[in-house]
Amino acid sequence: MRYAETGFNLEVDLTRGSIDRVATDPRETELYLGGLGTNAKILWDRIPPEVEAFSPDNLLIFAAGLLCGTPATGCNRTIVSTISPQTKLMAFSMMGGFWAPELKYAGYDKVIFRGKSPKLVYLWINNDKVEIRDASHLQGKGAIETEELIQKELNEPKAQVASIGLAGENRVYFASIEQGRSSASRGGIGAVMGDKGLKAIAVRGTGDINIAQPDKFLELCNEVLAYIKAREGNPIPGVMPILAGLGSPQEMKIHDEKWHTESFMWGNSRHRRRDFWTEEVEKAWTETMDKAQTRLISCYNCPMKCAATISMPGVKTYMMKCFSKLTYTMAAMSDLEFGLKIAQRATEYGVDAFSTPQVMAFAVELYENGILTDDNMPGFPTDNEERFFWLLDRIVRREGIGNVLANGTYWAAKEIGKGAEEYAHNNIKKIEQMPLKLSMLNPIYFLMYSTGEKINITQIEGQFPQMPFPTREEREEFVKDWFQVPDEKFKQYFLDWELRGENSFPYYPTVEMCCDIVDWQERMHYIDDALGMCAGLSSFPLKPPYHIHNYPDFISSGAGIEMDEVKLTQAAKRYRTLVRAVNIRRGMRRKDEKPPENHWKKRFPELEKKLLDEYYKMKGWNEEGIPTKESLNDLGLDYVGEDFIQRGILKGSEETPSKEASTETEAK
Amino acid sequence: MQEGGIAVSEKKKKTVKIIKVDLDKCNGCRACEVACSAFHALPKYSSNNPARSRIRVIQDPLRDVYVPIRAGDYTPAECTGRHTYTINEKEYDECSFCGVSCPSREIFKEPDSGLPLKCDMCESDPPLEEPMCVQWCLADALTYEEREEEAEEEEEKREEMEIGLEALANKYGFQKIMDTIARMSISKMGLEQKAKAED
Repeated sequence: MRYAETGFNLEVDLTRGSIDRVATDPRETELYLGGLGTNAKILWDRIPPEVEAFSPDNLLIFAAGLLCGTPATGCNRTIVSTISPQTKLMAFSMMGGFWAPELKYAGYDKVIFRGKSPKLVYLWINNDKVEIRDASHLQGKGAIETEELIQKELNEPKAQVASIGLAGENRVYFASIEQGRSSASRGGIGAVMGDKGLKAIAVRGTGDINIAQPDKFLELCNEVLAYIKAREGNPIPGVMPILAGLGSPQEMKIHDEKWHTESFMWGNSRHRRRDFWTEEVEKAWTETMDKAQTRLISCYNCPMKCAATISMPGVKTYMMKCFSKLTYTMAAMSDLEFGLKIAQRATEYGVDAFSTPQVMAFAVELYENGILTDDNMPGFPTDNEERFFWLLDRIVRREGIGNVLANGTYWAAKEIGKGAEEYAHNNIKKIEQMPLKLSMLNPIYFLMYSTGEKINITQIEGQFPQMPFPTREEREEFVKDWFQVPDEKFKQYFLDWELRGENSFPYYPTVEMCCDIVDWQERMHYIDDALGMCAGLSSFPLKPPYHIHNYPDFISSGAGIEMDEVKLTQAAKRYRTLVRAVNIRRGMRRKDEKPPENHWKKRFPELEKKLLDEYYKMKGWNEEGIPTKESLNDLGLDYVGEDFIQRGILKGSEETPSKEASTETEAK
Repeated sequence: MQEGGIAVSEKKKKTVKIIKVDLDKCNGCRACEVACSAFHALPKYSSNNPARSRIRVIQDPLRDVYVPIRAGDYTPAECTGRHTYTINEKEYDECSFCGVSCPSREIFKEPDSGLPLKCDMCESDPPLEEPMCVQWCLADALTYEEREEEAEEEEEKREEMEIGLEALANKYGFQKIMDTIARMSISKMGLEQKAKAED
């Protein structure tokens, strides 16, 4: 018997219209766990680097994490993996909600799509019955609207639906996949879904998920619940409000936005407004949010209330979470009322709430600077807020200038020319980042921005405080019950870390310490993504309930795979390296691994070089960021090494790095 | 053998188990369903499947409807009609508050056999402090209370009987009930005498 996982994947060929239920190899689970781990293995095995995002040979994988569907609190994430049209690298965006557990109960761990359907369809998974259904009547419908229509036509209100809106249908490079209160947004995976002619996947499951050691597993779950209660009752002092407790940043619950509005950049990641958060603003925004919110809500089997139902007069009800609360507001230099309104339309269209506002602000900036003109944008409104609605409507339809902007700032700037590239200034690996422009180099964040292959800072940071605490007493207090650290040395790193003086940025934490800290932070995210655990209860917040010390027990007693910290660390390293291998084979190299040029004013090229050198070394990568043959062999990834040698990416014994890269090719 | 007819006036205590539901606090996470189905798996916690849960959250997120209900009795028939209730401008179907396992819907039936499911308040040995659904509801939408009630059971029974008889009397007329009882008692005495004679 298989535990925690079902042992079956669905293979759907949309060109031929075939559906197969395929048994998986339990040895793969041991090596790559599940979710992201096994997704990476499939992408490596089955998508050669020549295959482009919009090729029928590209795969689109929806995976439920290994522990999804078990009683493990907060374990509900769907990991969607494919090749991104925007970055041309592997995208592995995730969403919470209810979809992944439902897929497990239906009897599958993954749904793997290949090919392209000649007409728009949706997949209906009802336990053993799986069918491809016509979706031509859903063409152009909003993502949330589609969910409701499908539930209605199937007469299955309990079906969980993941769908795309107009943006996905029109292959907008930053189109998302939406699922009620959750979305998998980064990297344009919604565009790949649209390209495949797949409007939605509805799933309903009523089967069991088995647990290997029931009593032990339940005891672990109860410990986590008790810890959550205690931790929520004792917020961490001295950090910004959203980091004091657990969960995804509690943007719906917390009204105090001083930190975001004054530290993050407004417009096209351009203006810092240090005195923005006045009493008046606080009062107005709190009122807006209170009026708009009907209820704080959660994902499957999780007590954290990270999302909210938003109902405003004249606007269809929708559900929102996290930082999308502010991204539109800040990009448009507007207020919360506007932000909540446009987010509703954006959710129905199905677009990424990080990239989209920045793409629009970029367009406005180009217009204001005469690079885009009325010739390019006939009828562009004069009113600021109307401009954003106008742009959004055109982007998702790929109408006029929208067709250019729909490829994101990197590709749009290339196409527009006339110096537009200077305005696409907030990208890493061709994808828009959080709008932050700071003063002093932060060596930890330098490494995370540079090397994170999820290419999004929130998907690698966490666990370790973002800034030192002002006094030693506060730091001592913090480390007292900091049992989540994988090694005691992390406490010392933190204790000695000062705001000013010798032990401060950029030379403290030292290069070696930075490597350790980043490696730990990244490892926890990768483990979450294989298990399907929400980062909000694990890798993202300070002192989370899940950590490297209890995860092995969760896996052993849940999935029946013998596990300890060393083995788990090794497994996470294995599929993390495999993600890198997929990207290396697609041309990613050291030169791509850098934060936006203007992210920090004070840069230290020598230190930065050393950081990257040492981090690569620690990871078992050569100076170009390519995993070495030895490190690949150590991880049991010999087949990757052999492929690299065959392709000339690595040379037989010495490892002369290949500086060739293919990610610079033009967008199609 | 129990002797009938002798009134026992001794007061008995009984425990009434109550799960209080605060709809405003429900966050729709369905942890109650997870915990319930895990607890009732055989062996305990060996599997998990909300479709087997004896508590379900009836929900319609876009209309802000969240109602956790627990499985009650089985009935072979659907209701002849239904109420809808409007509470604070939100419309609820009568079924949203009804725990009955009935033919009109799929919940509270074993997904494999279709047999009805019923909440047992997690009766177990040793007993749980609180039912599992309550323990796992960190939102405090579900809270548990036990109330000791003093009950003179016999009196209660007489009361019930009286209500029943009154209903019968209303339907058939008082005289007809009297006649029936007289006939039944004669017949019963006859049977008892016969039994004695055969001893």
